[in-house]
Amino acid sequence: MIALLKRDLALAVRAGGGFGLGVAFFLILCALVPFGVGPETSALRPIAPGILWVGALLSCLLSLDRIFALDHEDGSLDLLATAPIPLEGAVAVKALAHWVTTGLPLIAAAPLFGILLHLPGQAVPWLIASLLIGTPALSMLGAFGAAITVGLRRGGLLLSLLVLPLYIPTLIFGTEIVRRGMEQGSTATPLLFLAGITAGVLALVPFAAAAALRVNLR
Amino acid sequence: MSLLAVHDLAVSRGGLRTVEGVSFTLRGGEALILRGPNGIGKTTLLRTVAGLQPPTEGGVEMAEDAVAYAAHADGLKAALTVTENLRFWSAVFGGGPVGPALAAMDLAALADRPAAALSAGQKRRLGLARLMVTGRPLWVLDEPTVSLDADSVARFASVVRAHLAGGGAALMATHIDLGLDEARVLDLTPYRARPGRAVRPAGFNEAFA
Amino acid sequence: MSIWEYANPVKFMRTSGAILPWAAGAAAICTTGGLLWGFLTPEDYKQGSTVKIVFLHVPAAMMAINIWVMMLAASLIWLIRRHHVSALAAKAAAPVGAVMTLIALATGAVWGQPMWGTWWEWDPRLTSFLILLLFYIGYMALWSAIDDPDSAADLTGVLCLVGSVFAILSRYAVLFWNQGLHQGASLSVAPGERMSAVYRYPLYLTMLGFFLLFLTLLLIRTRTEIRRRRLAALQAREMRA
Repeated sequence: MIALLKRDLALAVRAGGGFGLGVAFFLILCALVPFGVGPETSALRPIAPGILWVGALLSCLLSLDRIFALDHEDGSLDLLATAPIPLEGAVAVKALAHWVTTGLPLIAAAPLFGILLHLPGQAVPWLIASLLIGTPALSMLGAFGAAITVGLRRGGLLLSLLVLPLYIPTLIFGTEIVRRGMEQGSTATPLLFLAGITAGVLALVPFAAAAALRVNLR
Repeated sequence: MSLLAVHDLAVSRGGLRTVEGVSFTLRGGEALILRGPNGIGKTTLLRTVAGLQPPTEGGVEMAEDAVAYAAHADGLKAALTVTENLRFWSAVFGGGPVGPALAAMDLAALADRPAAALSAGQKRRLGLARLMVTGRPLWVLDEPTVSLDADSVARFASVVRAHLAGGGAALMATHIDLGLDEARVLDLTPYRARPGRAVRPAGFNEAFA
Repeated sequence: MSIWEYANPVKFMRTSGAILPWAAGAAAICTTGGLLWGFLTPEDYKQGSTVKIVFLHVPAAMMAINIWVMMLAASLIWLIRRHHVSALAAKAAAPVGAVMTLIALATGAVWGQPMWGTWWEWDPRLTSFLILLLFYIGYMALWSAIDDPDSAADLTGVLCLVGSVFAILSRYAVLFWNQGLHQGASLSVAPGERMSAVYRYPLYLTMLGFFLLFLTLLLIRTRTEIRRRRLAALQAREMRA
C-alpha cells in the first residue's frame, strides 16, 4: 500500500502540472470574482469564505478523473485487483494520493488567495482548519465518482454531475466554520459536524468505490 | 494437490454466456493452453480464473493469492523507469528481487530507461518480467506473445519452462506455437454455450431472451 | 407463491398488463376529482385563492420523495437478490420522480411569489428539493451514459445508495445553514396546526390520485423497458449465433 502511495506521488511529480494546475485554477477563480462583484472590501469580505471554499472544491474536481482513468487504460487496475492488497485499501490510498497532490497545495495557497478577497486575518486559521478537515472527504467522494465513471469515454462531465451534489454538506459546514471564525463566533458545532462527515466518508465510501470498480473491471 | 481446479465453469460476456461446462485441473509443473475461435470467451475465462469477474456458474478452486495475471495491457507507467516499474509491482505483490527477472527477459541494459522510451516488444517483455517478481505460482496469460519477435518468444518459452520446473503452473490463451511440448491443449469449441432459457441468467440479455 | 415471482419478466408483464387499465382509470378519477373538488373549495382568509396551489404542490412534493425511496428499495432488491425487473423499475421511476420534483418546485415558486413576494427563497425545504432534483438528474445521466445494462444497473444502484445517504445528510446540513420561511408540514398531526377539513379531504384525494398516477406511469415505463431489453437480448443472441 505504501508502494502504491509512493508510486502515485512519484507519477504526479514527474508528470508535472499535477500540483500546479489545481492551484493555478484556484488563483484564476479567486481573481475573477472581484471582476464580477466589484473591488470594494464591503462586497468581497462577506463572500470570501464561500468563494474560497467553492474555489477549492472546483479545483479539487479538476484532477478527479485521473485517479483511476490512467490505471484503467494501461491495465494497472486489473493487476491491482489481483494483488494481495484489498481493493478498498487501494481506493483509499489513491484518494490519499489525490489529496496530497491536490488538496494540500490548495490548503497552502488558500490563505494567500484569502488576502485577494480581503479575508480578515482572524479567519485564516479557521480557513486552514476547515480545509484540512474537509478536503479529505472531497478526495474520497471524488474517488467514488471516478470509480463509477472509470469505464466511460466521456466520464469527465458526468463525474462532476455525480460528485458535486455529494459535496454539499461538506461545503455548508466548511464555509460556516470560516464565516463564524471571521465574525469571531463559536465554531465548535460546524467543526464537529464537518469532522463527522469526513470521518464517515473515509470509513464507508471506500467500500462503495471498490464495489463500483469491481463492476467496471468485469 | 492441484494449484487450480475448475469445475463445470460457465462464463459470460455482455450478459450472455460464452462457454459452459468447462472443467480442468492444473498441478504444479503443468501448463494448459486454451484454443478456440475469436469470441468463444478465452479472455473472459482467463479473467474469471484471475478473479476479475465472477463465474456465471460452476467454480474456480485455488489457494488464495495464487494468480499472476497478464493481458494485453502491461500495467506500465511511462514516467517511471524499467526498474521502478518492476520494483513497484514486486513491492505490491510482496515478491522477489527484480534483477533476475530483468536478466531473464533481456532487459538489464534498459534498466534505467523510462518505460516511455521502450518499443512495443520491449514493453511486452517488461510486462512478462513482472510475472516473475510477483512470486505467484499460477500464471494466467492472455496472448502473452503479442508483438514479440522470434527470439523473444523463445526466451519467454524458456522462462515459462523454468517457472514450471520450479513447481509453478501456467494457463494461457495463445495462437502461436510456443514450443512448449509438455503443455496440454484445451480446445474450447465443444464447450460453446447453447442458447436457451437459463435457470440463473447471466445478465439482462439472458433474463429477457 | 411468493412475491418474488413477480420478478420474473413474463409474470410481471402478465400481471402488470391486467392491473394497468384499472390503475390508469383510478388515477384519472382521483386526480381530476380531487383537483376539481379542490378548485371549488372556499378561499382562505389569509392566502386567498392561491391556497388552491396546495392541491398540486403537496401531492407532487410527497411523490418526489416517495419515488426516491421506492428507487432505493428497488435498487437494494436488485443489488441483493439480482431481480432484473427491479433494476428496470428503478430506472423507469427516476424521470417520473424528477418531474414530480420539478412540479413541486414550480408550483412552490408560483405560490411563493404572492405569499412571500419572491419566486425563489433559499429556504431549507426548497433547497432540499433542488438538491433532490440534482440527485435525480445525476442518476438518470448515469443510466443513459453506460451501454452495458448489467454494469449500468449495478453502478446506478450503488449511486442510489450513496446518494440517499447524502440526500438525507444534505437535508439536515441545509437546516443548519438557513432556517426558512416555509410553513411546517402541511399534514401535521399536532392539533391546532392542521389544515381545516375543507381543504384536507380533497387534498387526500389528490394525493391518492398522484400515487395512482405514479403507479400507472411506473407500470407503463417498466413494461417499455422490459420490451426494450427483450429486443436488445434478441439482437445480442442473433449477433452471437
